[in-house]
Amino acid sequence: MTEYRIQGNTGEWEVVIGLEVHAQVTSESKLFSGSSTGFGAEPNSHVSLVDAAMPGMLPVPNRECLRQAVRTGMAINAQINRWSRFDRKNYFYADLPQGYQISQLYHPIVGEGEIEVTLNEKDPDSAVKTIGIERIHVEQDAGKLMHDQHPTMSFVDLNRSGVALMEIVSRPDMRSPQEAGAYVKKLRSILRYVGSCDGNMEQGSMRADVNVSVRKPGGELGTRTETKNVNSIRFMMQAIEYEAQRQVDLIESGGAVVQETRLFDANKMETRSMRSKEDAHDYRYFPDPDLLPVELDDAFLEECRASLPELPDAKRARYESLGLTAYNAAVLTAEAETAFWFEDLLAEGVEAKQGSNWLMSELFGALNKLGKTLDESPVSPKQAAELLRLVADGTISGSIAKQVFEIMLETGQAASAIVEEKGLKQTSDTGAIEAEIAKIMAANEDKVTEYRSGKDKLFGFFVGQTMKAMQGKANPQIINDLLKKALG
Amino acid sequence: MTDFSRLGVAAIRDGVADGAFKAVEVAEALNARVSAAKALNAFIFETPEKAIEAAQAVDSDRAAGKPLGKMAGVPIGMKDLFCTEGVQTTAASHILEGFVPTYESTVSANLWKAGAGMLGKLNMDQFAMGSSNETSYFGNVISPWRRNDGGNAALAPGGSSGGSSSAIAARLCPAATGTDTGGSIRQPAAFVGISGIKPTYGRCSRWGVVAFASSLDQAGPMARDVRDCAIMLEAMAGFDPKDSTSLDLPVPAWEAGLNSDLKGKRIGIPKEYRLDGIDEDISKMWDNGIAWLKDAGAEIVDISLPHTKYALPAYYIIAPAEASSNLARYDGVRFGLRDLPEGAGLQDMYAATRAAGFGEEVRRRIMIGTYVLSAGFYDAYYTQAQKVRALISRDFDNAWASCDLILAPTAPSAAFGLGEKNADPLSMYLNDVFAVPASLAGLPAMSVPGGLSKEGLPMGLQIIGKALDEQAVLNAGLAIEQRSGFTAEAGEWW
Amino acid sequence: MSVDKDTVNKIARLSRIAISNAEADKMVGELNGILAWVEQLGEVDVTGVEPMTAVIPNTLRLRDDVVTDGDVRDKVLANAPAKEGSFFGVPKVIE
Repeated sequence: MTEYRIQGNTGEWEVVIGLEVHAQVTSESKLFSGSSTGFGAEPNSHVSLVDAAMPGMLPVPNRECLRQAVRTGMAINAQINRWSRFDRKNYFYADLPQGYQISQLYHPIVGEGEIEVTLNEKDPDSAVKTIGIERIHVEQDAGKLMHDQHPTMSFVDLNRSGVALMEIVSRPDMRSPQEAGAYVKKLRSILRYVGSCDGNMEQGSMRADVNVSVRKPGGELGTRTETKNVNSIRFMMQAIEYEAQRQVDLIESGGAVVQETRLFDANKMETRSMRSKEDAHDYRYFPDPDLLPVELDDAFLEECRASLPELPDAKRARYESLGLTAYNAAVLTAEAETAFWFEDLLAEGVEAKQGSNWLMSELFGALNKLGKTLDESPVSPKQAAELLRLVADGTISGSIAKQVFEIMLETGQAASAIVEEKGLKQTSDTGAIEAEIAKIMAANEDKVTEYRSGKDKLFGFFVGQTMKAMQGKANPQIINDLLKKALG
Repeated sequence: MTDFSRLGVAAIRDGVADGAFKAVEVAEALNARVSAAKALNAFIFETPEKAIEAAQAVDSDRAAGKPLGKMAGVPIGMKDLFCTEGVQTTAASHILEGFVPTYESTVSANLWKAGAGMLGKLNMDQFAMGSSNETSYFGNVISPWRRNDGGNAALAPGGSSGGSSSAIAARLCPAATGTDTGGSIRQPAAFVGISGIKPTYGRCSRWGVVAFASSLDQAGPMARDVRDCAIMLEAMAGFDPKDSTSLDLPVPAWEAGLNSDLKGKRIGIPKEYRLDGIDEDISKMWDNGIAWLKDAGAEIVDISLPHTKYALPAYYIIAPAEASSNLARYDGVRFGLRDLPEGAGLQDMYAATRAAGFGEEVRRRIMIGTYVLSAGFYDAYYTQAQKVRALISRDFDNAWASCDLILAPTAPSAAFGLGEKNADPLSMYLNDVFAVPASLAGLPAMSVPGGLSKEGLPMGLQIIGKALDEQAVLNAGLAIEQRSGFTAEAGEWW
Repeated sequence: MSVDKDTVNKIARLSRIAISNAEADKMVGELNGILAWVEQLGEVDVTGVEPMTAVIPNTLRLRDDVVTDGDVRDKVLANAPAKEGSFFGVPKVIE
C-alpha cells in the first residue's frame, strides 16, 4: 500500500495526526446538574442555577454519564479506571459560566484502548490498522456564543453548558487524511452501537480537534498545531490536507511551525490561526474540591459490560460465518442503525443471505427513492420478515414479492394480506401449468422443433411465456421441471 | 416589660412555646435595637419586615395548635454570605452589590423552616477573607467592646463573621449564622465574648453559600451560650443531596445530649500551641481552662501536634488557590457588577469589572491563588500544601489515641484596634494560627469565652473534637461556661 | 520563589484583574512577603504522603439520570447586567 506523503521541494514529508474527539454523552440530564440535554430548546431554558454558575451553586455527578464513558471504554478494549477524579480547568470565556470547566486531567475514568480501522470498507483486501486510544475522560461542554445577532454584542446561550462530553484522545497513530477519516467513522459507529453518543457531527454532538505535524519519514516528530471543532469528516480530511501542506511550505521556506490553535474555515477550506493568543493558556488544573473521587464497584462494572451489544467487528465476523460476503457483512455492520435493523430481521427467523440481499438491494433501493433513512422505513423488520417468509416457503415468487413490497410501502399493509387480497399466491397446480405449457407449445410449434433440434437457448423463451401465461404466479422451479418434461 | 434583648435562643423559643409572650413582640423589640445600632455597622441590609412575617407565622401556628419548629419565634441575623431569596446578598463586596438571589441557601432555608426570622443580612469581611471585618465594601464593623483605658478606639469584632459577632455581643439578636473557613466563626466569637462552633466538615450544606474555599468552608451558629449554639446547629445541619461534600448522616440531638460532666474524658493540651512569646493573658486563660475542665472530671494529657506551625502557610496556599477558581464566576456576564470601559472587549470587561468590584484583600488572595496553581509552581506549592495538610490531619488522628478533645486558645490575642494590623497582610494572617489546623482537618471546633484581658477585652478558649463528635465539643464548652464566671458585657456606647 | 513586576502583571492578566503600575509595584512586595513565608512548607518531609483529596471520609454520590431542573430562564436572567431577550449580552467577540 502506498504511504501518504506530501511532496515538498526538499523531498517527501510524512504527516502525523492525532485526534481528540468530543462526543456528547447520550443521557437525559447534564453531567453535574439536573437540566435536560435535549437539543433545539429555547435559549437559556435548559439551564439551571448550577449551569448558570450562580453564587453558591455546586455540582452533583450523573451516574449515567459515567456509565456511558465506561461502556464506551469497554467497547474499545480499554483499561477502566475504577478510581478517577475531576479536575478544574480554569480559563475565562463567555461560554464558560463558572470560569472553569470540570474535566479530568490527572486521573481519567478510562485509560488506554484501541480501535481497529479498515481503510477501505468496500475492498475486502483492504488494509487494516490499529489506532491506539490514550484515554477517555468525562467533562462539561460549554455554552454557545452567537456573534451575528447584534452589531456590538455577542449573545450567550447556556443550554449546552454542562452537557456531558466524552473526550476520546487518540495516540498520534494516523498518517493520512484517509486514516483519520476511517478512524472517525469507526469510532462514531462504535459510539452508536454502544448508544453512548448519537455521533451527529452536523448537530455538533460529535466534534474533532485535529493535531497535525509533519516530518521527513523516519525523522523526529515535528511541532504540531491543533485545529479545533471540526464538525464533519470531509472538513476534517480537508483540514488535515491543508494544514500538512501549509506546514511543509512554511518549513521549506525557512519558517517554523508555531504550536498554536487554529480554526477550520469551511468557506475557504483552509485553517487559520485563532486571534487573541498573546498569552498561552495556563489552565491551572487542580482537583475540584466540590467533588470527591469517583469510585466504581464491581456491580457497576459488571452491569456496564453486560449491557454492551455485539460490537461491529464481532458482528461482521459472525455475519461472514453465516454465509454473507465480506462486502455485505461490512456494509451491514458499518452503521449501528443498519446492523440493529438486520438483527431484528434475523430474529424473525429470516435466513441471513436472503435477508441481507433483500435489505441491501430492495429495501435500500426503495428508501433511496423515497428519500428516507432506515429509521424512517415504512416497512418494519417484522413486516419484511413476513414478506421474505412467503417467498422462502414458495407461497409467492421473487418477482411477485417485488410487487407486494411496493404495495406494502404505499399502504403499510401486511404482506400476507396483500397476497390474499390480490390473489397473488403462486400456483403449484401442475395441471394448470401443464395446460398452459401445452397451449404455448401448440402455438409455437416451430420453436419447439428448433429447441428439440439443439437450440437450448429457446428454453428461456418457453419459461418466459409460461410465466406470463401464469401471470407470474407459478412456482418457477415447477415450471422448469414441467417444461423439461414436456419439451424433452 | 421583658427586655427581649437579654433573652437567648432557648429562652425565646421556650417563652413563645409556653405563651409567655408573642413572637411578634420579640421581633419588634429586636428590630428596634437593630435600627438604633447603625453605628456598629453590623448589618449591611436590615429586613425588619421579614422578622415580623416569620414571627406572625409562628404566632398563628401556635394559636392553631400546630407544632412549632426548633427555632420558632427566634429572630436571628444572617451573615451576608448566605443567599437569601428576594433579599440582596453581597458577600460584603461591590461586585455583588444589588445581587438579589432567586434561591435560598439550604442552611438559611432550614432555619426559616425551623421558625426563625431574619432581622437582616450581616456585614462581614469581603468574600469571607479577613480576620477583623476591615475588608467589607460596606465599611468596617465596629466591635461593641471598648478597652478599659477610657479611650474609645474602635476595635475589631474579629472576622470574617464580624457583623455576626458584633450584633450578638451588642444584643441586637440572640444568635446569628457565621461561616468558618480558617477561624471565621471562632475568632470573632472569642473577640466579643460569645460562643460559636464550626461543625465537622460536611455537617452543614454549602449549597447557596457564596463559596470562598470549598474544602474548608463550613456554616455554623454563633450565640451567647453553648446551649443556644447546640439548638441552632441542630436546625442548620443535615444532609443535602445538592452538595456532594454533604455528610449523609442523621443530625444528632445535640441540645438533649448536653452534659457538662466530663468524667472519663481526656483533654489533650498541644505543646506546639504554647507559642514562644505567647500573650500572657492568653496563656493564663488557657491554664484556667485546663483547671476548669479538670474540675469537670476530665483527665488532662500533654499531646503533640508536630506539624502545627505549617498549618497557617498550608492554609494560605490552599484557601487562596480554591478561592481564585471559585471567584472566577464573578465576571460581569450573568449577575453582579459589570464595568465596561469605552471600546472594551470581553476580556477587558472581565479585568475592569473584577478590578473595580473586588476589594484589595480579595484581589491579593486571588493573585496568590492563581500564582500557586500556575504552571511550574503547582507541585511546589499546591501539591506540597495538600500533603502537609494530610500530615496535619494525621497529627490529630494520632492525638486521638491519647485524648478525646483538645483545649487551646482560640486566638493569639484579644481584639486589636481597627487599622492596627493593616500595614502587612501577614500580620493579619497570623491571627488564625490556632484556628486553622482544625479547619484543615475538617474537625469540629468551638470557641467559648474564657476570660478578660488586662485591657478588659474578651478572650476565647477553643475546644477541638474528633470528626462527627460535636457533642463532646459542646459538652466541654458547657463545662467551661459553667465555671468561667464570664458575665462581662460590652457597655452600650452606640 | 519570588516574583518580579513582570510576573505580577502576568498573574493579574491570568486572574483577569486590571492593575495599575503603582498597584503592581505594591503587589510585588506583598506577594513576595507572603511567598517567602509559605516557602517554609518546603521543609516538611512528605515522603510517601498522598495529597489530601477528601477532608472527611465520604463517598461520591451519583445522581440518577432524570431531568429535575432547568426551565427557569426568568430566574437565570433575573440579575443579568445586560439581558438581550432570552440571552446574556456581552461585548462582541471575534473568533
